[in-house]
Amino acid sequence: MSGGSGASPENGGGIGATQAADEAERHQPAHFAFDEESERRIPGILARYPETRKASAVIPLLWLVQEQMRRQTGSAWVPKAAMDVVAARLGMPPIRVYEVATFYFMFNTRPIGRHHLQVCGTTPCMLRGAEEVARACRDATGIKAYGETSADGMFTLSEVECLGACVNAPVLQVDLDYYEDLDYESTVRLIEALRRGERPRPGSVIGRQASAPEGERTTLLDVPGE
Amino acid sequence: MAKVTVDGIEVEVPNGATVLQACEAAGKEIPRFCYHERLSIAGNCRMCLVELEKAPKPIASCAYPVADGMVIRTDSPMVRNARRGVMEFLLINHPLDCPICDQGGECDLQDQAYGYGMDRSRYREAKRAVKDKYVGPLIKTIMTRCIHCTRCIRFSQEVAGVPELGATGRGEAMEVGTYVEQALRTELSGNLIDICPVGALTSRPYAFAARPWELRKTDSVDVLDAVGCNIRVDSRGPEVLRILPRTNDAVNEEWLGDRSRFALDGLKRRRLDRPWVRRDGRLLPATWPEAFAAIARRLTALPGHRIGAVAGDLADAESVVALKDLMTALGSANLDCRQDGAALDASRRDFYLFNTTIAGIEEADALLIIGSNPRVEAPVLNARIRKRAIAGRPFPVGYIGPHGVNLTYPAAHLGEGPAALRALLGAAHPFAETLRKADRPMLILGRGAVARADGAAVLAAAWQLATETGMLRPDWHGFNLLHLFGGQVGALDLGFVPGEGGKDLAAMLAGDVDALWLLGADGFDPARIPPSTFVIYQGHHGDRAASRADVILPGAAYTEKDGTYVNTEGRVQRGYLSVFPPGEAREDWKIVRAFSEGIGKRLPYDDLDALRARLAGANPVFGTIGTLERRGCADTRGPAGDPAALGESPFVLPITNYYQADAISRASDTMAECARIYGGAAPAKLAAE
Ligand code: SF4
Ligand code: FES
Ligand code: FES
Repeated sequence: MSGGSGASPENGGGIGATQAADEAERHQPAHFAFDEESERRIPGILARYPETRKASAVIPLLWLVQEQMRRQTGSAWVPKAAMDVVAARLGMPPIRVYEVATFYFMFNTRPIGRHHLQVCGTTPCMLRGAEEVARACRDATGIKAYGETSADGMFTLSEVECLGACVNAPVLQVDLDYYEDLDYESTVRLIEALRRGERPRPGSVIGRQASAPEGERTTLLDVPGE
Repeated sequence: MAKVTVDGIEVEVPNGATVLQACEAAGKEIPRFCYHERLSIAGNCRMCLVELEKAPKPIASCAYPVADGMVIRTDSPMVRNARRGVMEFLLINHPLDCPICDQGGECDLQDQAYGYGMDRSRYREAKRAVKDKYVGPLIKTIMTRCIHCTRCIRFSQEVAGVPELGATGRGEAMEVGTYVEQALRTELSGNLIDICPVGALTSRPYAFAARPWELRKTDSVDVLDAVGCNIRVDSRGPEVLRILPRTNDAVNEEWLGDRSRFALDGLKRRRLDRPWVRRDGRLLPATWPEAFAAIARRLTALPGHRIGAVAGDLADAESVVALKDLMTALGSANLDCRQDGAALDASRRDFYLFNTTIAGIEEADALLIIGSNPRVEAPVLNARIRKRAIAGRPFPVGYIGPHGVNLTYPAAHLGEGPAALRALLGAAHPFAETLRKADRPMLILGRGAVARADGAAVLAAAWQLATETGMLRPDWHGFNLLHLFGGQVGALDLGFVPGEGGKDLAAMLAGDVDALWLLGADGFDPARIPPSTFVIYQGHHGDRAASRADVILPGAAYTEKDGTYVNTEGRVQRGYLSVFPPGEAREDWKIVRAFSEGIGKRLPYDDLDALRARLAGANPVFGTIGTLERRGCADTRGPAGDPAALGESPFVLPITNYYQADAISRASDTMAECARIYGGAAPAKLAAE
């Protein structure tokens, strides 16, 4: 973590909200409209909440926006114009949507690279080599610090808190997928594959099955009745 | 009721009260930053911690409901320690810039830091710095000072009804602001300065002007709208430096509109500070005796019925009664105080008052607004309507007037002109039904709606509707007229309208008089005065009418005299002199009194007490200051006017530019800036709420 300054670029989330907004200003599209696929999913989302509580749909709708942006532009983020569209759709003041969108790290309020590399830096991952994973990300992408996007626009690097997959620490989330049991080399290989347009199979990179022990089974070896 | 013991003192408070309120009832002061009694409870600053017997840790008293038998301690070692801890955390990111902070000397954080702060910091890391925000021309922001109490966010959402402020980001990156840079679109923005407990939001026009302890504070009453907001005028030497609201739950609670608060720089500009007399077509500086002589020469040569007088919108009751007495002495009944030509019936007080009263709005359960935009005409009163509208119980509001008006609460648009009023009368209109079904229905008739050719008909029709829908009962009076300025009702109460055989303003302007005495009357176009009419302008600003005058008598603005004003409810209140009038200007009643002596018709009062006795004689309401009896309506006979004579033309709102509506605000640079930024017109549409 940085020295406590809100304007630090070291952490994507640590940057002041308005400064982030200022930076994003240059890229803000003037308009946003839900595309056909999003529109198809909206009624189902709205149906989950009573009419008088439809503001509850703000998070799923923002998520829909971010996924649509990924589809359309290759950069999964939530432009301001889209927040206004969500506000209008849900009959809530725009500022209430801005508050939600800037509160959650899973929403990107600035454009990001084609792939969002999210290094888990919380204790279990850190003890198991998260710093090596982060170093590999920097080396393989040319990114210098968290929050930056690589010069080729392929990658954005962020540090996140526990991703809930500590068993297979250290963990790197790429877009919506988890890659686990990483070290420096495997992280570099992963990033190079991504750059070639491949999508390696998510999960443990050392062949571990789900969260089972590494290598052979160590318990429940005897099969009762045999 | 719940019995609670606070520091050994037993108090009884209603169930549902908070521990903080119980502590206050016991006379204990609880430090607080986020808690504000007129806003919803946030419970996020933790400064109000107290000890609750048997509870394992201190509790936030502002957010903790009382229970019978609670034992509270507000000054135990645990409490002191806890508050010290909170203070240390608050100061981690708060700059120590009190010497250059405008809040210094009246800052809650500074005050509490004296009690609970340490004399040094244990924090070694870098402090947070937050970019300042632009929220409009009236408010200066230094957001690094913000302690995230969210009072401003709750105020703009709940009271002002403009949910544009919020907290974006989180944790250390949290920032209070609008996210998208924009000026807050509310006429109540100045109140943010008062509710911000620290120096994050301060007054831009007052920036670095003074320290609070240098100021002379005078309690007074605002006249720039007809609400009669209670104010405190802060001055240093000959200059008014700022105006703040005073708490009066019956009138303004603790709010004040931006024009009333920020137009004060207009008190220094375009002032009439010496008499002027027109000679050979040009206005030339003169002495008081010369000015009086010029008037006397002209008036004494005229028969009384060729002389007329018009009282302006900001006039104090003292000067109005003095001028009326002078006109009577001169033999004239040509008086008018309705510069807008409003067809008001002054024969009965409840024909022209806001009878429900401002506090009474909270009891109403249905409202019809006719030809008025209270948000612009009386922002603080509108906040009261909004308070009622969001109070939970249903409160249907109907509105007749121009399209595109945002009242800050939902309202059904019923039409643009008198046709909609006609539709509500008699026939089974759904909204008339709503009013009829309501227990305490009320209507607000804008002054603009009666200032038109069919004004008398509109007035009578509104009254008839009030009768038909059960608004007029011995225990409830739902008929309300909303006036626009602080001097309007007082003049009506004093009967400053044409007497027996007297001419009204229109007749006077049509050449029925040869001399016209204007007491601060800048509310009509002076070009309408016939060229041959001799005009005396008595007032404080070289605004519209002064340049047309033949003699100018420099008077005092409301901050420069002891004056009595009646608000739109009919509440009689007193303002007090804060600074002396500039130059040779004098208090207005004294000018009239001095003139009367010069022409040998000496008015029978030598001092303010005698004049006020005369006021109470002219209308007993002037004998009761400040308080107001709640009115019912025992006599439903209506005002003069034929409801059938309603015209067709749509209602036009009388104030299109909130920021520049009177002689003082038109002279103010601050208000000119606001008018430029907000486009003069009422703030534009907001997003849905
Ligand atoms: S700006 Fe002032 S009122 Fe608003 S949250 Fe910050 S400290 Fe509170
Ligand atoms: S600490 Fe990294 S996934 Fe839990
Ligand atoms: S005043 Fe109680 S938590 Fe802020």
